[in-house]
Parts: sequence; C-alpha cells; structure tokens
Amino acid sequence: MLEIKNLHVKLEDEDKQILKGLNLTVETGKVHAIMGPNGSGKSTLSYVLSGRDGYEVTDGSATMDGFDLLEAETEERAAEGLFLAFQYPVEIPGVSNMTFLRTALNAQRKARGEDEMSATDFLKMVREKAKSLKIDADMLKRPVNMGFSGGEKKRNEILQMAVLEPKMCILDETDSGLDVDAMKLVSDGVNALRSEGRSFLVITHYQRLLDHIVPDVVHIMADGRIIKTGGPELALEVEKNGYADLLAEHA
Amino acid sequence: MGIARAQLKQLKQDALAQRQPVLSMPEGGEWISAARKDAAARLDGMGLPTRRDEYWKYTRPDALTSAEPVAASMDGAAHSPVFDGIEQLKIVFVDGVFNADASDDLALEGVEISRLADAAAADIHWAKDIYGVLETRGQTPVERPLATLNTAYANDGLVIRATGTAAKPIHVMYERTSETSDVILHHVVKVEEGASVTLLETGAAGARGNTVTEVSVADKAAFHHVRSQGRDHNRQLLTHMFAQLGEESTFKSFTLTPQGVMTRNECILELTGDDAIAHVAGALMADGKDVHQDDTIFITHDAVNCESRQVFKKVLSNGATGVFQGKILVKQGAQKTDGYQISQSLLLDEDSQFLAKPELEIYADDVACSHGSTSGAIDDDALYYLRARGVPKRKAQDLLVLAFLAEAVDEIEAEDLREAILTRIRIWLDLEDDL
Ligand SMILES: Nc1ncnc2c1ncn2[C@@H]1O[C@H](COP(=O)(O)OP(=O)(O)OP(=O)(O)O)[C@@H](O)[C@H]1O
Ligand SMILES: [Mg+2]
Repeated sequence: MLEIKNLHVKLEDEDKQILKGLNLTVETGKVHAIMGPNGSGKSTLSYVLSGRDGYEVTDGSATMDGFDLLEAETEERAAEGLFLAFQYPVEIPGVSNMTFLRTALNAQRKARGEDEMSATDFLKMVREKAKSLKIDADMLKRPVNMGFSGGEKKRNEILQMAVLEPKMCILDETDSGLDVDAMKLVSDGVNALRSEGRSFLVITHYQRLLDHIVPDVVHIMADGRIIKTGGPELALEVEKNGYADLLAEHA
Repeated sequence: MGIARAQLKQLKQDALAQRQPVLSMPEGGEWISAARKDAAARLDGMGLPTRRDEYWKYTRPDALTSAEPVAASMDGAAHSPVFDGIEQLKIVFVDGVFNADASDDLALEGVEISRLADAAAADIHWAKDIYGVLETRGQTPVERPLATLNTAYANDGLVIRATGTAAKPIHVMYERTSETSDVILHHVVKVEEGASVTLLETGAAGARGNTVTEVSVADKAAFHHVRSQGRDHNRQLLTHMFAQLGEESTFKSFTLTPQGVMTRNECILELTGDDAIAHVAGALMADGKDVHQDDTIFITHDAVNCESRQVFKKVLSNGATGVFQGKILVKQGAQKTDGYQISQSLLLDEDSQFLAKPELEIYADDVACSHGSTSGAIDDDALYYLRARGVPKRKAQDLLVLAFLAEAVDEIEAEDLREAILTRIRIWLDLEDDL
C-alpha cells in the first residue's frame, strides 16, 4: 500500500534536515505503528505524505499503490485515498462540520468520477457514524472544531475518516488528550474500519493505544529515520525502558 | 500640509461647473420646488468633491462629478434574482425610469407608496418634512455635496409611508439597458410610530447612479433594509442613506456589493430618541485591479442608552481596493451609548488593498464604544486542512471566503433574507448549498 524509500526532507525556509533517509513499507490491510522521541520527525513524515507546504523533499520517494504521492496536490492525494488524522486538528470559523464533511466527500467523489451523494443519504450516513463516536447533532452543526475540547477534536478526526473511507489512514497521536472512555471509543471506531483493503499507520507515544488497536508491525523512529522494526512487543519494550537502549544500540 | 482652503474651494467650484450644465431641475409643485431650489443654492455654496478633499482621500470622485458618465459596458448587467423566492411588492426602475408594466400595483397593506414624480406634482405633501431635510442635517460636520445635487435634480424615486406593519417587503429593482444612463433617484421613507417596513434593493441604478434615501423612523418603529448592488463591473454607483431614529426605534441596513469599478455607499444615521438601535453592515466581493468600493458611515448618538453597530467585511483579490471610513460621534449627554464598529478585509493576494479609517469622537463619559479594523490573508492551516480532506484549493478558498463574509450577512435579522444573500454569495462563489 504505502512505500516510502530513502525519504529526505528539509524545511523549505531553513537549512534544517528533518527526515534523513526514511524507509517504510506498509502492506495492504495491515496496521503499522510508529513510536519515537519528540522531535524525531513523525509529524513531519505525515505532513510530507499529505503535502503540507513548508517542506522540501530533497531525495527519495513515497507511493501509495504505485501512485506518486509527492508529485500530487494535497487534495489529489486525499481523493486517491490518503487520510491524515491531525495531531492538532484545525479550527475553521464559519464553516459548519456538516458542510465541511459534505464538501470533502463530494469533492473526493467528483475527483474519482463518482456521483455526488444525495443530501438525504449523506445526512443519514453521517448521523449514524457520528452516533457511534458520541458526536451529537449540535457538534455537527457547529463550525469545524470550534470550541471543541481536545478529545472532541480527535473524535471528530475519526468521524471524518469514517465518512471519507480512505484506504491509507495515518493517525498522528490521535490518542493524546483522550480520556480512557474516549480512547476506547476512538479505538473502536478505528477497529471498525480495519479491513483487508485498508492500511493504518498509527503514530503514538503510548503502548495504551496499541492495546486497543493491536498493530501488526511497530517501528521506532529517531532523528528522521526508522531505526528498528519489530512486532507489538517492541512497543512494550519502549513503554518499559524508554528509548535510551534502542538509541544507544543504533548509535 | 493640505492645499490652501481657497484653492480647494475653487477646485470644488470647477467640479460643479463641469457637472451642473447638463443637469436640469424638474418641474414640480410648491413643496418640492422649494426643496430643490434650497438644495441648488446649498450646492452652489459647496461645489462638488474633488480628489483633494479629505473625505475623498481614498476614493476618487471624478467618475461621479464628470459631466457625462464613463460608458459602462453591459457585461454582468443581467439582473440577479437575489430575492426571487421572497414574497414581495416589486417596483422596477429601468435606467432610472419607473416601469409600471414590470412593477406590481403600488398597494400594500400597512404602507402607502407613490412615485416621487407623482408626489412632486402636489403643492403640499407630508414628504416635505423629510425630503432634503435629513440630507441637510447630514451635511454637518462633513459636507456631502453629491447628495445635495441629488436633492436638487432627482426627478423620480419612491415616497413610502408605513403606517402599520408592512405586509411584505418592498423590493426596488434597478435594471439597466443602457451603457450611458445617468440616473438620479431620491427615495423618502417615513415609518410612523410603531410601524415597520422592509426595503429591498437590487441592481445598479444606471451606468452611473446617484441615489439618496431619506428615512425617518419614528418612536418604536422599525426599518429594515437589505440590498444587493449591481454586479455589472463598469457601473459607477454612489448611494446615500440618511436616517433619523426616534425612541426605541430600530434601523438595520445590510449591503452586498459584488464587483464594480466604483461604488461608494454612505450611511449617515442620527439617533435622536432614547433606546434606539442602529445596525449597518456590508459585505464586499471584489476581484480585479480596477474594482473599487467604499463604505463611508457616520453615526451620531444624540440620545441616551442607544446602541449602534457597524460590521463590514471585504474580500479583495487581484488588485481590488476596499475602503472603509466609519465614525461614531457620541454627543454630550448621550450617556449609556453602546457603539461598536468592526471592519475587516480578507486579502487574497498582495496586490489588493484595504484602506480603513475608523474614528470615535466621544463627548459623554458613561459610554462603551469600541472599534477595530483588521486585514488578513486566508488562513493557511485551514486551507491545508480542507485540502487534506480532498477539497480542491479553489473551493477550499471559496468556503473560507464565504465563512468570512457570513459574519456580516449574519447581521440581517430576517432569516429568509439572510439565506437569500448567502445563497447568492454561494452561487457567485460556485459553492453548493449548505445543509
Ligand atoms: N515548520 C517547522 N519549522 C521549524 N521547525 C520544524 C518545522 N516543522 C518541524 N520542525 C522541527 O522538525 C523536528 C521534527 O518535528 P515533528 O513535529 O515532525 O516531530 P514529532 O516526531 O512529530 O514530535 P512529537 O512527538 O513531539 O509530536 C522538530 O525538531 C521540529 O521542531
Ligand atoms: Mg508530532
């Protein structure tokens, strides 16, 4: 599904290299987790994959089922099935959640040459999905993420994912700021979406999330590279011992 | 240093000298002839604005003061069906000429409506107490000679008296078929005690239009005004709205300006009765280097416990210019005044500009007044977020533009009118309907 080779990324405005030869392959239908110290470049990786301005790819490639992600516009990547649940979801005054979701869904459908979804079907679908994430009608009417609590924003990201049904989902610290119940809710939401054709890349600092969303593969990222790859036990090791040993081992 | 007073005065006289010869005072009954002659005399004293005038610092008056209008192509002059879904009494002026066939009967429950041309034929008319009177009051402390010119030379318009609750809004539709029509229209609205009426306006009055509306809102009366100005790019439009507000009265006006090389909307309000409320709002969609729009507001608080609110939002792109001059004057004794003013621009590129001059002048000590003016670009994070969800850049930008303008549109009280304006903005932005 996702194939990243020797990815080098620097800041556009600064002479600062952040990703330094990153290799990563996520197979179709699998859940991969990335853990790593603060500042190691996890969010940067997700931003570069989705096409945020401000970064410059100096070497390497990233493809999704053969589709060259790095060459495409942000919206084209989304229509192709890439989804990023933001570490810091953005507030948009004046645009209701509903309008946002509908515009996004229909734009993606249009880009794929599909018919737009009727207003009635859309409302029904969103209400159902919102309900299972405990997002009420009032939140749907409110402007995107405005006045949402940290946990509500994260739930809203998962709702967007559920509505858009992407094939490659990147979750950047979706667990941070969630209480125990919300963590369960969000995990259930993610697990419900797990399927043969859909892959996940879950960025997290905590083993706790991985108790709920059990990964197939765990990667450790440090200083812009994947330094170790293993099974779920790797996450447990980090939880217990921190990164010191792994970093020392790598150095 | 400005130029010498005498020199400026001469420039103003020169401007009048080029404009006046092509104007002729219409025939009329005693009351209006007196008002017109008075206006002509006042105009002689004032001259016409020039670009050296402080009050016209940001907007060149040349196109409004030349003898003949600059020809305005018909591009975009097709009438926009903004209020089509609204139950209304429709009154049509084509290039400033009343069109009886296209208009509804001027009969509406709660209101008396006639043409100014008809009212002018009488020797005595109630409009005498308003026509040119509110305009005259609005000449201090700043002169507005083009409104005076209008009072002197307008030959038609509407004379509206609301005696109860108007059964439906009155919609004045300005259509244009000529590239050179030079239109001067003057409306008088009297809202009697406890009465209420809504005035809608759409279109540009002419290739060049100069309209004045004088509104007297009596105690406990309400006047609502929503307009969408001509989207025809080359028309030149100047509007003046003069209003005087009685006790516990309400005045709310909203203007949507789409495009136009020259639009200046002046709104001069005087709150003379206690507990009155005045709201003025505007939304501008300006795209193109020759687009120029100006909102000039002057609100005078001369009574206790009144509220005034100004909310202006301008979206500017490809070199367009937006101007806002807004003043709140709180006179001595106008205690408990609540005055609010915000003007904001969304600059979609670096070629566009927003020129703002917000002013407060306060002579009472127990008041709460605030004003703010901002200029900003599209929020990059919001744009990226929308695009990351699959919304194409252009559409994402339009959604953010709509959200920005909606804050001004929200000032419209009636939901159906608010929706009508939002729908029009969505159509112009090519966005689908909201849910
Ligand atoms: N736009 C930027 N300007 C300056 N520095 C940046 C920018 N984007 C990223 N960086 C820097 O790049 C490094 C990687 O940041 P990134 O956000 O990708 O880390 P992370 O692994 O997601 O960290 P965390 O676990 O704290 O979320 C950090 O040192 C960060 O300060
Ligand atoms: Mg991060």
